[in-house]
Amino acid sequence: MISRQPLLAMQQVSQAYSLPRTALFSPPGSFTVLDSIDFDVCAGEAVGLVGESGAGKTTLTRIMTGMERPQSGRVLFDGIDIWSAGQAERADFRRSVQMVLQNPRSSLDPRMRVSTALLEPMRSLRIEGDHVKRLHEVLDQVGLDKSALDRFPHEFSGGQLQRIAIARALMPNPRVLVADEPVSALDVSIQAQVLNLLKDLVRNLNLGLVFIAHDLSVVAYTTSRVSVIAGGRIVEVGQPVELFTRPKAPQTKNLVDAVLTVESGLSGTAL
Amino acid sequence: MSTPPAIEVRNLSVGYEDINAVRGVSFTVPAGGRIGLVGESGSGKSMTALALMGLLPAGWTAQGEVMHDGLNLVSQSDRALSSRRGRTISMVFQDPMSSLNPVRRVGDQIADVIHRHNGVSRREAVRQTIALMVQMNLPRPEQLARSYPHQISGGQKQRIMIAMALACYPQLIIADEPTTALDVTVQKQVLRLLKAATSERNSALLMITHDLPVIAAMCDTVAVMYAGRIVEYGPVQQVFRNPRHHYTRGLLDSQPTMDNIALDGTSRLVSIPGMVPPLQRLPSGCAFNPRCPAATEKCRAEMPELDRDGAACWHPVQTRETAIA
Repeated sequence: MISRQPLLAMQQVSQAYSLPRTALFSPPGSFTVLDSIDFDVCAGEAVGLVGESGAGKTTLTRIMTGMERPQSGRVLFDGIDIWSAGQAERADFRRSVQMVLQNPRSSLDPRMRVSTALLEPMRSLRIEGDHVKRLHEVLDQVGLDKSALDRFPHEFSGGQLQRIAIARALMPNPRVLVADEPVSALDVSIQAQVLNLLKDLVRNLNLGLVFIAHDLSVVAYTTSRVSVIAGGRIVEVGQPVELFTRPKAPQTKNLVDAVLTVESGLSGTAL
Repeated sequence: MSTPPAIEVRNLSVGYEDINAVRGVSFTVPAGGRIGLVGESGSGKSMTALALMGLLPAGWTAQGEVMHDGLNLVSQSDRALSSRRGRTISMVFQDPMSSLNPVRRVGDQIADVIHRHNGVSRREAVRQTIALMVQMNLPRPEQLARSYPHQISGGQKQRIMIAMALACYPQLIIADEPTTALDVTVQKQVLRLLKAATSERNSALLMITHDLPVIAAMCDTVAVMYAGRIVEYGPVQQVFRNPRHHYTRGLLDSQPTMDNIALDGTSRLVSIPGMVPPLQRLPSGCAFNPRCPAATEKCRAEMPELDRDGAACWHPVQTRETAIA
């Protein structure tokens, strides 16, 4: 069920980074990375964000997780502006929006046992409670065995590690999961498993999922609404199938054209 | 008289101490042919390529035969192999950032290859370099040739790598995941270029990738590798339209396509359960049996060889119910 009230919303968010001065007394230039972005996600909804590298995906991710403060615009969580909210609300936001990164081999500390890695967010977010019970609950949700807790990252395959990374993000019981290219470092036969897991989590836990990727077909499979970002602007928003079959913006068309499928390859129309 | 194949691999095994990454692989790349080696990480596809180039990491050994230009490359000295690399066999690696020399101008790096193998003057090598760069659709080639790798884009770097690989009209080009590190929108350009440039020179192409659509677009023959062995081998059209090995079929089914995406987002991908077994602990019999829907006692006991239809399976897929078309 998708409630109308967005859980996490970005309104007219802009971000610019300053450039070095070109001459001693010239004013420093600035480079606009994001330009008036509107983007939101509701509980129980999976939304996609696609774009080429350099389009602004990463910056937008940093802003929606509160790692960076936008130059202008508002970031609302549950209707509250996080940059003018009080401490309690900020803490709630930090707990409620969690991230899954692209490569679990580099996002998990090789020297930490899985149990330590999973407890890390609880420690840093200062969450009290029965963590042992929570560990077992979360492992169950991502389909891993309890025996995983005492092992180290190198003992797992890429797909299992990504499950562990997802489990870690789920530990503080978040309401929004931001997944940045969560399957592009995984093997093909494993990608489908992880995509299916993310879909299940959205449904079973009523999570909001922001799925960021460069591959339109993967995004289309996972989400029900997709925003296309190019040059720091959202150029098109729509249902995945709509974007695929009737792309309006030229940048969307580029991304659709870039998708290679087995069928187009076999029929000789791919290249 | 038919032209000899660009490379003929017979019963190749590659290992390190008691670990075997490649276990008895045989395939032939005909002159000017295009063959794809597809598999997941740990399938042995990259080790196969490195063995062909004589570039195995220290401590790794290759056994079997790799016939190329009348020679068995496995038994050649480093020196003999070194004179062939870049001349009759060349390779395009996955990440152009780490395979180009960061402190030399890209034009000079191409010219080095031509100068060394073709025995032409430096000036002539530079002239040929520019001509090659024009062919690679690189903008303002004279200016670009004077750039350093960090000054140009990923797609341009990979085109420089392809130019370098093509410079001496090799009989065989091995491309290991040539577009994986590139942005999606430039992937097609680079593939198109690689396909056109190899067919123009009648160079054979051995494409190594985990990406099935890339193989479908580029190759006429495919070898599917799993746990160090070829489990299915045949024309791309046949193997991808009517896969006979359950692993090939699983790979095809787990591809998201326009057709299996439902409007309401309720679609689910078929996934292969389990994971690729570690090389130290391969299951007995067919290595795929723990993940296979059709596995029986026989699959756990005996290792199947490729049958005459090109599948190494005791119970091959009969018909394909969910056609991809």
